[in-house]
Amino acid sequence: MVDIPEHLLIRSAEARAKALGITVDQALAEMKGEAEPTVISKEPDVQVIDETPAPAAETPAPAAETPAPAAETPAPATTKKETPEEVEFAPEVKVTQRLLTVVKAKPIQKPVSEPVDKVNTWPHLMLPEFVSLMAMTAFLILLSAILQAPLLEEANPNVTPNPAKAPWYFLGLQELLSYWDPQIAGVMIPLLLGVVLWMAFPYIDRNPETHPSKRKFAIMFYTFFLAGAGILTIIGVLFRGPGWNWTYPWIDGIWFDDLLDWIHFE
Amino acid sequence: MQKLSFRDKIKEARINASDSFRGGKLMSSIFRPGSPFRKGYVDSPRNRSYVVMNNVLYHLHPVKVKRHGVRLSYTLCLGGLSFFLFIVLTITGIWLMFYFRPTELAYVDIQNLQTSIAFGSLVRNMHRWGAHLMVLVVFLHMSRVFYHGAYKAPREFNWVIGVILLLLTLLLSFTGYLLPWDQLAIWAVTVGGNMAGYTPVIGAQAKFGLFAGLEATTATLLRFYVLHVLFLPFIIVIFMAVHFWRVRKDGGISGPL
Repeated sequence: MVDIPEHLLIRSAEARAKALGITVDQALAEMKGEAEPTVISKEPDVQVIDETPAPAAETPAPAAETPAPAAETPAPATTKKETPEEVEFAPEVKVTQRLLTVVKAKPIQKPVSEPVDKVNTWPHLMLPEFVSLMAMTAFLILLSAILQAPLLEEANPNVTPNPAKAPWYFLGLQELLSYWDPQIAGVMIPLLLGVVLWMAFPYIDRNPETHPSKRKFAIMFYTFFLAGAGILTIIGVLFRGPGWNWTYPWIDGIWFDDLLDWIHFE
Repeated sequence: MQKLSFRDKIKEARINASDSFRGGKLMSSIFRPGSPFRKGYVDSPRNRSYVVMNNVLYHLHPVKVKRHGVRLSYTLCLGGLSFFLFIVLTITGIWLMFYFRPTELAYVDIQNLQTSIAFGSLVRNMHRWGAHLMVLVVFLHMSRVFYHGAYKAPREFNWVIGVILLLLTLLLSFTGYLLPWDQLAIWAVTVGGNMAGYTPVIGAQAKFGLFAGLEATTATLLRFYVLHVLFLPFIIVIFMAVHFWRVRKDGGISGPL
């Protein structure tokens, strides 16, 4: 049985005692199961409301002293005196009071999100955004005015340049190709590591923490990946010459035509 | 009653005219109710909301954002800059299409663009460096998201879309790399296409499909051109729409840490 708080029990016992005409102690004992329940010899004091004025109800209800006010139905205005203060929704039910259950005091709705500190998008977000777009535009126009995009001789399938290099973002992969079998380095690593693992990462890393100090392994993993990819790319761009042999850019020059006009810029 | 000077009369007439123009039928039909273009802008919380709500572009943003998210040091604006570079590349790219034919004449077209067309060289440079920059910025954006742990629940799926967007960016850059049709272009694409040839089981087919033949020819040029100017932008815009939509649906910016 639910642990009923003492004050509620007493209040309930008082109500029972009043309804049955017994003492509170007796009622309390009955409710706790320590005494035989008092046989209800008389109906509790209720108002029996009927549409017909003052009939004898099915049970001998001694409490029907006042003619029942017909609340809901617009009965012919014979007995209707004034609007009753409380409208009973089911007048044929005899109302008694007893303690059925105790609802523990707690909120019925659980707040799912805490209120967060917010600011208006205009102007607090859109102004910095606008400034960065303008800065980027200025930077791009300046860069394009200074640096000429490379344009070598017309494409000729019969003349293979040595070395033939991919765009810079693939040069890390091209560098890997010189170590391992092309099926591993050229296809399986970019496909499995670069695409599948990368997409699945949030489903693998189930640690809900976002603070760097609580996700050291993930941070380390990504930083190693970043460093590895960066080193391979730099090697591929700057340190590989004819025949994909190791060269030093400060001795042998840079063998990457995409950078040609950057270097010869006057 | 004080007599107005001529100058004041002009001023009053100007204010009246601009008020009746702003409140007139034409402006009312163009701008939505509450728009600052209809009733002027006085700084108030209500009008601050209207600025965002009544503009289709600004409407990418919610009316309010988390305070820590507007700090430049939090995002470095990398996602916004990626999108902005995409728009710059679209505009310059459309401009370049007027002067470019994806045939044997491609190389001559690029030469003419650089030498005979006003701003041709500048726009081509902007398109090329902008493309390199976009690859870099998208990659940095991904790194920023990773270091903030912003891919965690409920944003897992948006990370997946982000990886797809990175791949599409690389593909866009790679297909554009061939278009100048010089030695740099054809051999870089040959290296890339040969890598695709090492795919297990379907290697030969993948290479053939990419090159539209056994090696890089003008057929490859046409194929890469269509991929570059129509197919891939079409796909990437769809994924971008989902990406931006999910940013808002997943509760805006992540954090604070």
